[in-house]
Amino acid sequence: MSLHRRPLLALPALLGAAALRPASAADPFRVGFVYVSPIGDAGWTFQHELGRRAVEAALGPAVKTAYVENVPEGADAERVIRRLAQDGNQLVFATSFGYMNPVEKVARAFPKAKFEHATGYKRAVNLATYSGRYYEPRYLTGLIAGRLSKSGTIGYVAAFPIPEVIQGINAMLLGARSVNPQAVIRVIFTSSWFDPGKERAAADTLVAQGADYLTQHTDSTAVVQAAEEKGVWCSGYDSDMLKYAPKTHTTAVEMHWDDYYIERVRKAIDGSWTSGDVWGGLASGMVRLSRVNPALPAPLLEEVAAKTEAIKSGRLVVFAGPLRDQSGAVKVPEGKALTDPEILSMNWFLEGVQGKL
Amino acid sequence: MPLRLEARPEPSRAMLWLSPVLAAVLAAAGGGLVFAALGYDPLVALRTLFLDPLSTLDGLTELGLKATPLLLCAIGIAVAVQAGLWNIGAEGQLTMGAIAGGGIALAFGGEGHWWILPAMLLAGAAGGAAWAAIPALLKTRFHAHEILTTLMLSYVAVQFLGWLVHGPWIDPEGFNFPQSRMFEADALLPVLVEGTRLHAGVLLALLAVPLAWALLARTVAGYRLRTIGLAPRAARYAGFSAARGTWLGLCLAGALAGLAGLCEAAGPVGQLQPLMSPGYGFAAIIVAFLGRLQPFGILLAALLMALIYLGGEQLQVSMQLPIAATGTIQGMLLFFLLASDVFIDRRLVRVARRHA
Repeated sequence: MSLHRRPLLALPALLGAAALRPASAADPFRVGFVYVSPIGDAGWTFQHELGRRAVEAALGPAVKTAYVENVPEGADAERVIRRLAQDGNQLVFATSFGYMNPVEKVARAFPKAKFEHATGYKRAVNLATYSGRYYEPRYLTGLIAGRLSKSGTIGYVAAFPIPEVIQGINAMLLGARSVNPQAVIRVIFTSSWFDPGKERAAADTLVAQGADYLTQHTDSTAVVQAAEEKGVWCSGYDSDMLKYAPKTHTTAVEMHWDDYYIERVRKAIDGSWTSGDVWGGLASGMVRLSRVNPALPAPLLEEVAAKTEAIKSGRLVVFAGPLRDQSGAVKVPEGKALTDPEILSMNWFLEGVQGKL
Repeated sequence: MPLRLEARPEPSRAMLWLSPVLAAVLAAAGGGLVFAALGYDPLVALRTLFLDPLSTLDGLTELGLKATPLLLCAIGIAVAVQAGLWNIGAEGQLTMGAIAGGGIALAFGGEGHWWILPAMLLAGAAGGAAWAAIPALLKTRFHAHEILTTLMLSYVAVQFLGWLVHGPWIDPEGFNFPQSRMFEADALLPVLVEGTRLHAGVLLALLAVPLAWALLARTVAGYRLRTIGLAPRAARYAGFSAARGTWLGLCLAGALAGLAGLCEAAGPVGQLQPLMSPGYGFAAIIVAFLGRLQPFGILLAALLMALIYLGGEQLQVSMQLPIAATGTIQGMLLFFLLASDVFIDRRLVRVARRHA
């Protein structure tokens, strides 16, 4: 009798021991990633996926990563992030703005796990934020567009009128106007980060309205494919999209999360991870121009290279005055420039942007 | 030997019960094949998909949370279909419900009034009903078909919400990102199980099941609705007003969808965002028909649909299956369910070969 009972009595103790067992040195460090769209083979999510793969490649058996793709921004995100944390992921990267409030709630519920949120502004002891200064390379594509566009009209397909998107549109205009003071940008918002059908329709409309250079701030390749078919120049976003528009794709504003992710995971493993905010520009390598189309003229490439160096060194400041908004009011006087908080909350278009917020 | 589908003289009672079982077996087999072809252990994958989400308290509460908006919307859709009305616009009614109730939360939240939540619930239902009243008016006045009007109004509602959270209702401390302030604690639905997200809205959804059943099966109003749906001309001879049926059917559906939207806003989301739902209003159409338009059937269907969502996520989290694979399994299950249902009213017969 007592023989039979002993295992039963021991069971709770065993379960308790299993739950309390500290992670041994041999256990890999677990890292989770939450993606807003399908991974695909280009785009915002794809770049984060490249970062995840880079982490695996760099740290080998010391890490084990997991990801969940196509997670809608909203009530579902909290469950997915929570599940990743419950599942034993000690560091979770939430890679879309709409995950901000969910990730904040989960970070509170899992004080021992670490969280990183891309493009947001809410932070905690165990919740860091990171983003890129996408507007810096965007300025360079504006310069290219200003040189290549004959009509001086740039067509811009954008997802939502949030600061990050508005920064890109304004920066593109400034780049274009640095070489063609008459250049204008027409904007169409699609109200979705990923909707190839809508993006395509918007691109067609913009070309019909006279745009002969297209770009997008959405996650699919529909716009550059439309540009290729219509035979107008274009620049991609997030990823190198040259293979989708080999004749007309000049270059792309490319995000590069590899180094950042590897560094953050390393720090989380060795215990030196701290919360904070990173906003990397061209100088950090977090954002850059992808390979350029071989058809581009050499003088233009030299000009772009010179401006790249100027931005990196701080000699060229993208949002430097004088800047006027659509109503003609001076937003930044000559000799001044927008501060980081002002850039981060940008909610106005420059004079020369045709489109309403 | 050629086969032919033939109508049964009366629905098969055996198939009524066998159909879901058959569908589950076929979907499990088909899913297992897909998992195996992708190089995953099919048994582990199936367990992850169907059992893991149910194995923890957290999973069970998440199931209830996910099923709540589906259930509310689907019951509304089913009541409308029983009255011969095709409400494709639950998504828009859900959105308007979230706006109406959320507006009260933003205006009065944090002031500690006892009436805030009741007022939000009422406003949520009223907002959805008012949005559905437009197609009702268009149908009774101008004979505009509700399939078109309800669907189109969905897009209008989503754009309206987008305008609100980009403009007048934007969080002033939110760096111009399009979302409202977070609701204050007194404007959030109480959580039922400590440490989870399951909120009181699930009780409303569960309450709607017997109420809808009683309405359809036990009241004169429900009898009129069903008669209008089944035999419009007979209903007219009996003196039942088709217009009144249209108003009742659509507004009831709208109210339930609006309630679903409010429960999302004042539940897991806790604020207004450009999109309040990942398509619950549309998924609920599948749920309504999967549940054979009967409230208790819809309860099961909503739970199944929620389980499929959660299981799909779990497959990604723990087995790293691509999302397309989980989508395939989800589609297969729904396909087999609907395909098996064909055999309730029909049967396969051999066609005797005719000799020329």
